[in-house]
Amino acid sequence: MTADRDDDRSGPGRPRSRWRLVALVLTPIVLFAVVLASGLGRDPRALPSELIGQPAPTFSLPRLDTGGAIDLGDLEGQVVVVNFWASWCLPCREEHEALEAAWGRYRERGVVILGVSFEDTDEGALAFRDELGGDWPLAADPDSRTAIAYGVFGVPETFVIAPDGSISAKTTGAVTYGWLTREIESALRDGNLE
Amino acid sequence: MSGRARALGVLVAAVAVVGLAALFASGGSDSPGSIDDRVHEIGAELRCPVCLNLSVADSPSNLAGEMRAEIETQLRSGRSPEQVRAFFVDRYGEWILLVPTRRGLNILPWAIPIVGLLVGAALWIGFVRRRTPRDEVAASTSERARIERDLANLQEPG
Amino acid sequence: MPALVGTLSLALALALALYGGTAAIVGARTGRPRVVESARTAAYSLFALVVVANLAMLAALLADDFSLRYVASNSSRATPTFFKVLALWSADEGSLLLWNLVLGGYLAAVAFRFRARRPETFPWALAVMFGVSAFYLVLVLGPTTPFATLATAAPDGRGPLPLLQNHPLMAAHPPFLYLGFIGFTVPFAFAIAALVTGRVSDAWMRITRRWTIAAWIFLAIGLVLGALWSYSVLGWGGYWAWDPVENVALLPWLLGTAFLHSVMVQERRGMLKVWNLSLIVGTFALTVLGTFLTRGSILASVHAFADSIVGPLYLVFLTVVLLGGFGLIAWRRESLRAEATFDTPLSRESAFLGNNVLLLVLTFTVLVGTIYPLLAEAVTGGKVSVGSPFFNRNTAPVALLLLFLMGIGPLLPWRAASLSAVLRRLQIPMWAAAATAALLALAGAGVGAVVVFGLAGFVATATVAEMVRGVKAQRRARGLSVTAATVAAVSRNHRLYGGLVVHLGLIVAVIGVSWAALSDRSSEVTITEGEIVHAEGYDLRFDGLTARDESHRRVLVAELTVLDPNSGREVVRLQPSLNLYPASSEPIGTPSIRVGTPFNGMTDLYASLVTVEDQTRASFRFFVNPGIGLLWFGGAVMALGGIVAAWPSGPRPASTPGPEPVVERREEVSV
Repeated sequence: MTADRDDDRSGPGRPRSRWRLVALVLTPIVLFAVVLASGLGRDPRALPSELIGQPAPTFSLPRLDTGGAIDLGDLEGQVVVVNFWASWCLPCREEHEALEAAWGRYRERGVVILGVSFEDTDEGALAFRDELGGDWPLAADPDSRTAIAYGVFGVPETFVIAPDGSISAKTTGAVTYGWLTREIESALRDGNLE
Repeated sequence: MSGRARALGVLVAAVAVVGLAALFASGGSDSPGSIDDRVHEIGAELRCPVCLNLSVADSPSNLAGEMRAEIETQLRSGRSPEQVRAFFVDRYGEWILLVPTRRGLNILPWAIPIVGLLVGAALWIGFVRRRTPRDEVAASTSERARIERDLANLQEPG
Repeated sequence: MPALVGTLSLALALALALYGGTAAIVGARTGRPRVVESARTAAYSLFALVVVANLAMLAALLADDFSLRYVASNSSRATPTFFKVLALWSADEGSLLLWNLVLGGYLAAVAFRFRARRPETFPWALAVMFGVSAFYLVLVLGPTTPFATLATAAPDGRGPLPLLQNHPLMAAHPPFLYLGFIGFTVPFAFAIAALVTGRVSDAWMRITRRWTIAAWIFLAIGLVLGALWSYSVLGWGGYWAWDPVENVALLPWLLGTAFLHSVMVQERRGMLKVWNLSLIVGTFALTVLGTFLTRGSILASVHAFADSIVGPLYLVFLTVVLLGGFGLIAWRRESLRAEATFDTPLSRESAFLGNNVLLLVLTFTVLVGTIYPLLAEAVTGGKVSVGSPFFNRNTAPVALLLLFLMGIGPLLPWRAASLSAVLRRLQIPMWAAAATAALLALAGAGVGAVVVFGLAGFVATATVAEMVRGVKAQRRARGLSVTAATVAAVSRNHRLYGGLVVHLGLIVAVIGVSWAALSDRSSEVTITEGEIVHAEGYDLRFDGLTARDESHRRVLVAELTVLDPNSGREVVRLQPSLNLYPASSEPIGTPSIRVGTPFNGMTDLYASLVTVEDQTRASFRFFVNPGIGLLWFGGAVMALGGIVAAWPSGPRPASTPGPEPVVERREEVSV
């Protein structure tokens, strides 16, 4: 009488030795477990940025806090921190203090922090500003053209643009003061080298 | 024998009819379709960034709507679907594609159905053809009683 | 107070699980039935304790006890009572309570079922179930216990996630899914018991056959309800997004279906023993994988409720199940040799084997597609997505092949078929296929429609023909009326006729799904109040917005009247709405659906409200979805078929211990 397959998941062939059988059963299971384990502890939502080192997409956005528009081209040669945020986003509230502190420290050196509203109403955005304070420029992003151009998939997301116009850093989630200072200093240094 | 030949002929005729029908069926519009259709086609392969697993075409979210508008603008300005897809991939990475490219490791999920069918077919053939000479001899003698019983079963429904 | 009661009962239940498992094994090995009896009592008590724990949580929810973190996070004073009750299982930690409840229920049911006569494998099967219970009890008592308390009680709760309190379907979907998933524990337990004790006859399959069918039915209903929820609640116009958690719920159902078919081959011919054991180990492992992927927050999905740290625990358990299950099979392989071989490719056994192969290919395709993003990230560090278009493209061809087999299989007799007999039986179905294909082609349908519906015609006709054959045979043999003959035929062979009904239900569902996939259309329109816009063959008129304040949300309802463009007559008034919840940023839309019936062309008219620009202008998505109703109807027919298949057929022989010869016993092996 003939024998059935020993482990149909492992393909054709009948192992003749016991150790071959053990390996046949063990290997796919262990591999499978390792693949699953590798996913633990990783944030399934965190995306690496494609744009680091690339020229920052240009934009010309209507100002929310004052009239007129703000154009990235006008800020050439300066370090620009573009912070996508929304009034309905909780981590955006958490990071507000860090942004305010960085603004206070670096505005004299020509660093511009720009808050870009994402999927939000103008009223909501301004109410947020009224509530939490701050006086760095705010802009609206009608049709989310700029958010799409920057590959934004949630808020808050913050980009640091170096003086040469390329994106030097990006983070998702609430920024910390430490991250801001580190990246701004790094961008300023690169600017001075040119 | 003629009964079998007739039945076979009937079946061949039926298959031929189905095949011809499929052949002559309108193969869908060969024209590229309206701009809405093309936006939908591209949108169906892009992942909505703020949703969970929905495509840009399906998602009811605002951002997806704006992405659809972006796709439309780009198509109207003459860009090809590949260029539009590349635009999004450049910004969001390969993650934005709902259908993984077939390069490199990505060939794995594509290969599984084909390899699976081949392996499956091999398994099936292997099982069905499995026979040792001893079985053949044994079958002819001890199986007679079984054959009688099975014939009787065949008359029963099912 | 509820926290204390809950935690205490669960802890006691865990102790009982450990005791019960040990007692069952000890009693079996030392031949002391009284010890095994104590294990049975432990099973009942475990279930009672888990019920108490669930009731404690329920009480806390209904009493607005916000000292419990779970209550504060998932309920609020403003939440309606119905949704407070639902909150018991609508979030991660609570659903673990439900899981333990269902598992305890099955444990008690198995203990009860074998209270008098029982197979020798019973104590070991009970021990396996105690082991599984112990694992899930450890989980529910662990870091993510629902009975965690807050240092100070919150004044009010956050309320359930808006998506989860939008619709009463949330009530039915998880319980059915869990009844299905956990139901597969029973055949798994008996399979392991058979392997451990060496009593690897078919007894383990026969004993658990109805349990397996029941689990399959529950899981099928749970899946269909999930699709129904996605369609009626999420508002994107579709019903299946190949979301990772949808996929992991589908996988055990696919393998379970394969298993239900191949057990018949083992019962009839004594073949595929290793195959069947592997299938049930795989099915159970997939249910564990399912909850692992849902809770381990490895894959972002609609269901990844919270950030849990129970991932590693699940992974260990899953590995133990796989290693233990397949290890035992490998260990016992000598006693699992086949007693026969396949005689010819043209037999029902071969068709069932083909069915199994195709279902396995489907399972692997979906499994690899779902897991692949993890693998890719581990190897390359980059993130990729595998979504709907991939799954649709890669499952459709295999699914079509399966359909074809589904049509042919019942036509083939066991052992061997005479080619002429088969050809004869194939004629009418083939003509039906040809006629359908020709008609559709003449009517201008596309290639896809011609092929799929031609195939559907083939399968439907073949299936009905088989049913008719059986009824006719009864009439001829016993001169009965049609009704009496049908009853007689079915009661002689529940499994066959139940299976045929399931096939019919499936083909109806496939027709619905294919029709929708081939012909659905939608567009986005922005309409000002009073204006009429033409979309997808209908005229749409926006008749204004009304706002309604409910205890837990604010609802904006839009009146959208659908008119016949030719006559101007009103077809239906749809009322899609936007629900604004205080705790949420974006409103959740509720679509409005005019259900398709045979009287209106079987077409759903579906509208969802996307945005409201101001009181007089709103954006809608309007869908025309033919055939969707057939999906729900087909699902119901499948469930009905399952019930017929599982229906008891008269007095059963005692479940005797020891190996059984594989004999065609009419009562048990009646296909």
